[in-house]
Amino acid sequence: MSATRPLRFGAEPSGVTRAVILIVAAILFITPIVALIEFSLRVGQPLKGVQTYGPLHYLAIFNPASSGAYQELFQGIGNSLIICVITIVIVLVLLLPTMLLVELRFPKLRRVLEFICIVPITIPTVVLVVGFVPVYSAVVGIFGSAPWTLAFAVGVIVLPYAYRPIAANMAALDLAVLSEAALSLGASWGSVLSRVILPNLRRGIFASSFITIAVVLGEYTIATFLSRNVFQTALVQLQRTDPFVGAIFAVFALLFGFILLLIIGRIGSVGRNRKAS
Amino acid sequence: MTTAVASAPAATTRGARTPTRSRRRSAVWVGLLPFLAYVVIFLAVPAVLAVASGFFDSKGVFTFDNLKALTNPQILNQFLASFGVSAVTAVIGAVVGAVICFALMGTKPDGVLRTVVDSASSVLAQFGGVMLAFAFIALIGTQGLLTQTLVHAGWVLNPLNHFGNNGTLLYQVPGLVIPYLYFQVPLMVLTFMPAMEGLKATWGEANATLGGTRFTYWTRIAMPILAPAFFGSLILLFANSFSSYATAAALISQGGIIPLAIKQATSSETVVGIANVAGVLALGMVIVMVILMSAYGLLQRRAARWQR
Repeated sequence: MSATRPLRFGAEPSGVTRAVILIVAAILFITPIVALIEFSLRVGQPLKGVQTYGPLHYLAIFNPASSGAYQELFQGIGNSLIICVITIVIVLVLLLPTMLLVELRFPKLRRVLEFICIVPITIPTVVLVVGFVPVYSAVVGIFGSAPWTLAFAVGVIVLPYAYRPIAANMAALDLAVLSEAALSLGASWGSVLSRVILPNLRRGIFASSFITIAVVLGEYTIATFLSRNVFQTALVQLQRTDPFVGAIFAVFALLFGFILLLIIGRIGSVGRNRKAS
Repeated sequence: MTTAVASAPAATTRGARTPTRSRRRSAVWVGLLPFLAYVVIFLAVPAVLAVASGFFDSKGVFTFDNLKALTNPQILNQFLASFGVSAVTAVIGAVVGAVICFALMGTKPDGVLRTVVDSASSVLAQFGGVMLAFAFIALIGTQGLLTQTLVHAGWVLNPLNHFGNNGTLLYQVPGLVIPYLYFQVPLMVLTFMPAMEGLKATWGEANATLGGTRFTYWTRIAMPILAPAFFGSLILLFANSFSSYATAAALISQGGIIPLAIKQATSSETVVGIANVAGVLALGMVIVMVILMSAYGLLQRRAARWQR
C-alpha cells in the first residue's frame, strides 16, 4: 500500500486535500470576475426573469457616435500612460543610480536606503495625500497643473515595489567584485555600467518597471485627492453613468495587471533556475 | 567589504587618471543628492505636513484644540468602524490565506500553479482596488448576478439587497468586509507562504521517528514555529485594511470609515466644527500604523529565526 501512496511525515497536504482547497478557493475568487464579465454582456433589463446577452456595450466603445461619452476615460488612460512613463523614468534615473552608488561606494547606507524605500508602505497613501495637497500647490507653481506632475507623488508610492526586485537582483550578484574586475581589465566606468552592471541587473530592472506600470494603472487615491483625471478616477466616473463599459474596462485592467505580473514571475523564475544549475 | 571598495580605486589607478579619480570620489556624494531631494520633497515633507496640519487652527496658529476631534462621537464611531472592518477581514483573511498556503505546500515554487497563484494574488492584493469594487457591484450589488438570482428564486428581500433595513449590503460599512477579503486573502498568501516554506521536511521525519502523529506534528512543531509569522501577517493584514481607500471610495459615497472621513474632511473644511480635521485624522491613522508596524517588526524578527 505504501508503494502506491507514500507515507507523509511533514506539512505537505495529501493530493485530495490540496485539490479540494485549491478548487474551492479558485471558484470563490473567479466568481466575482465572472459576474463582472456577465454584467458587461447584459443587454437591457431582464424580461420575466430572462436576461438577454450580447456584445452591445463592447461595440459601443468603438462606435464613433458614442465616443464623446468615453472621451474622459480615454483621456484618463492617456494620462495614466504618460504618468507610467515618467514614473519609470523616476525609478531608473533617481532610484536605480542611487541604489548602485550605495551598493558600490556607500554600503553602510544600504539599510538607510532600504528603510526609506519601505516607509511609503507604512504611511497610508490616504495620509500622504493630505500632505501632497499643500506640496502640489507649490508644484503647480513650478510645473503647472498638467496630469503628468502626479508622477512625482506616484513615484513615492511605487518606491517599495520598485526597490525590491532590483535589490533582490543586486543581492544575487557581487557588483563590487564585478565592477572591480572590469575596471582592472581596463574598462572605463561608462563601459562597466553599460556592459557589466546594467546587463546583469536587467531582470530586476524589468521587473520593477513592470510592477511600476501595474501600480500606476491601479492608482486611485492620489488622483482623486488632487482632482486629476487618470484611468481609475475616470473609471469611477464612468461607472456612475455607464456601469457596463466600466465593467468592461475593469475586466481588461485586471487581466492586463495579471499578465504583467505573470511576466514578472517568469522573469524571476528563469533567474532562479539559472542560479540553481 | 567596505575597505575593499574604498581601497579599490588606488589599486586600479593608473598614473594619468589620479586627478580625475580623486575629484570623482569627492563628487560621488553629490550623486546621492537628487534622490535625497526627491524623497525629502515628496515623502518627508508631505508626511510631516499631513500630521502637523492637525496642530494648526484655521488662522495658522499652533494649537492642541483640534485633537478634541478625536473624541468627537461621529469620528470615534468611524475609527471603531475602521477597526471592526480591519479586524474581521484580517482574521478571516489570515485563516483562509493560511489554509491556501497549506494547500500550496510541496508544489514547485517555479511551477505554473505557483506562478499563476502569485501573480493573481499580487494583482488582487496590490492593484485591485476600484476594479474589485466593480466586480462586487456586478455580483452582489442591487442588480448583481447573485442578488438577482436570489430575487428570481423568490427571496425578494434577501440580506444582499435588504441588509439591516438600510438597502444594499455592499454600500454599507459591514458590506465592505466581502470585497476587502478579496485583497486580504491574497495578501496573506503572499506574506505567509515564505514562512510555510521554512518548515523543514526533516522536522516531520524527526517527529515520525519519535513516534509522533501528523496531529502532534502540527500542534507541537509546525504551529508553534509558524505562530509569530502568522500573527505578524495578521497585523499586516489589519494595517492593510485599515489604510485602504480605493475600494471603499468606489462603493460608499459618504463617510463611514476613517480613510473616507479624511476625504470628506479635505473636501469640506469643517465637518464637526473643528479646523484641519483631515490632519487630526491623519495623525490618528499614523499613530495606529506605528503601533501596528512596531508589533509587526517584533513578530517578524521572531519569525525570521526559522526562515533561513
